[in-house]
Amino acid sequence: MRRLLFVTLAVLLWVAPCLAQDKVFHVSVTQIVEHPSLDAMRLGFLDRLKALGLKVEPSVHIAQGNMAANVQIASQIQGENPDLILAITTPSAQAVVQKIKDKPVVFTGVTDPLAAGLVKSLAAPGGNVTGMTDKSPMDRHLALIRECLPGLKRLGVLYNAGEPNSVVLVNLLKDECAKAGVALEEATAANSAAVYQAAKSLAGRVDAVYVPVDNTVVSALEAAIKVCEQNRLPFFSGDTDSVARGTVAALAVDYRKMGEQTADMAARILKDGRKPGEMPVESIRDLALHVNTGAAARMGLTLPESVLKRADKVIP
Amino acid sequence: MTSYAFFGALEQGFAFGLMVLGVYLTFRVLDFPDLTVDGSLPLGAAVSAVAIDAGMHPALSLVLACGAGFLAGAVTGFLNTRLRILHLLASILTMIALYSVNLRIMGRPNLTLLGKPTLVDLFTTASGLPQYLSTPLLFGLVTAFAAVVLIWFLRTELGLALLATGDNPRMIRALGVNTGGTIILGLGLSNALTAMSGALVAQNQGGADVNMGVGTIVAGLASVILGETVFGRRSVAWAVLAAILGSLLYRLAIALALGLKLGSFSITPSDLNLITALLVVLALTAPRMKAKVFS
Repeated sequence: MRRLLFVTLAVLLWVAPCLAQDKVFHVSVTQIVEHPSLDAMRLGFLDRLKALGLKVEPSVHIAQGNMAANVQIASQIQGENPDLILAITTPSAQAVVQKIKDKPVVFTGVTDPLAAGLVKSLAAPGGNVTGMTDKSPMDRHLALIRECLPGLKRLGVLYNAGEPNSVVLVNLLKDECAKAGVALEEATAANSAAVYQAAKSLAGRVDAVYVPVDNTVVSALEAAIKVCEQNRLPFFSGDTDSVARGTVAALAVDYRKMGEQTADMAARILKDGRKPGEMPVESIRDLALHVNTGAAARMGLTLPESVLKRADKVIP
Repeated sequence: MTSYAFFGALEQGFAFGLMVLGVYLTFRVLDFPDLTVDGSLPLGAAVSAVAIDAGMHPALSLVLACGAGFLAGAVTGFLNTRLRILHLLASILTMIALYSVNLRIMGRPNLTLLGKPTLVDLFTTASGLPQYLSTPLLFGLVTAFAAVVLIWFLRTELGLALLATGDNPRMIRALGVNTGGTIILGLGLSNALTAMSGALVAQNQGGADVNMGVGTIVAGLASVILGETVFGRRSVAWAVLAAILGSLLYRLAIALALGLKLGSFSITPSDLNLITALLVVLALTAPRMKAKVFS
């Protein structure tokens, strides 16, 4: 009897720490739509959690662009009773925050968490919510364009006025252009089929074209590139993925890295027991500069040596 | 399916149930394929969100939303009956115009209601129930009320004229009814219901978004047809009830698809729409299969 007790105790002593170490964390993910940048954030997040030594059982939901499914996903997640929720983009985060008040919610890929009502302040979000903003530094984007085109007088911006993130960015760009004495011409496209026409409307009116991180325009980017090449208009983008597709240059957030940084925040909540409401909203630490010399040549632009030297990636 | 997911589906089914009633009114009663709903759903959401943001009571904002929706439907009716534009095109024109109108109303593409008083919050506090139960109850009550009013209306003289306009316009014109007027009225009522649905959805999902209307007509038609195939169309009242039940079934199919896991052959999140479609096919064919097996 005593021996049995001893063995049981020994087994328990051996198993208990393993159990404690190997706690499996349930992480529910909600994402509004399949999109390369959003997918990169999700994958970066999950891979980084694994690399940090956390055992994670993810449950991923994508609303496929359907707002009703988006709300139902929030209910679904409520039932999954996860240890942490990752919400990618503004509408996904809004639906989860509306429904779930007792689990940590970490958002990412949200341009303006304050205007979206997700947090009370960026420094101290309050409640069960924190996360990362991907707001592009528009001052640095404009500085890059002006460095490539020192004589820039009129800049065209191509975006969908129905995308909250784009509107925030274009408003910031307006302020920066006013400060720099550059006239800003806007062209909007309500869906990807309208991008070609919107781009064409800028030809002859501007010296260069810029597209912020806009899902509609970026999904029909080739149409805009074609117009810019035909009219020899240097075309700059707000995301680096578009440079490989044929824009001149971009100084931007690497979405995979952003997902990884979000995972670091999540790990602090899961492992160290930090409270989301006390963790300030973070933005991406370092930006990557990608340039495409071939595209620049087709759009009648020679990139200055200073830009080429700084570039993290040069696409011929 | 967890109980949260189940009640979540009921809540969405009831909230969109108002829109489905609207689609039933145009598609079945008036025989008018009306795509205006893709614009009037976010219109209702936008009006309600802006009103609440400005300090209006959330219940009162529903009335405003209904009014805006009625106007939107009336515009489609005007384009069709007075300007003689084909019904489908008339509704498409109003729908695309509403995209810009909605952006104007909100002043931005997404207007948050997080932290603002909504009907959902007020009702949850008043009822003392947890939110996942109070929301479907609230939306169920609102939809039931709308259904009763609709059934009552369709039995009035005006309602009968509306039914007849869809069934046999020549006959009803011969009886001295102005079908142009009944079409405008029907479209107005349909889009008022849809806008109210949008307002409830916005108050529930934490804000209005200009893109939230995409695919409304698809969900509306699917729900109406699902309801009448599964539950039949014995009478007008029965058809109204079937439309709401169709809406619930449609949302349950989505909830089922969201929670589906088949061992190692995991269904990836990108399969959501496919699985939803397959489940709806199953629901549509099940009654006939059952009849065949038991006959």
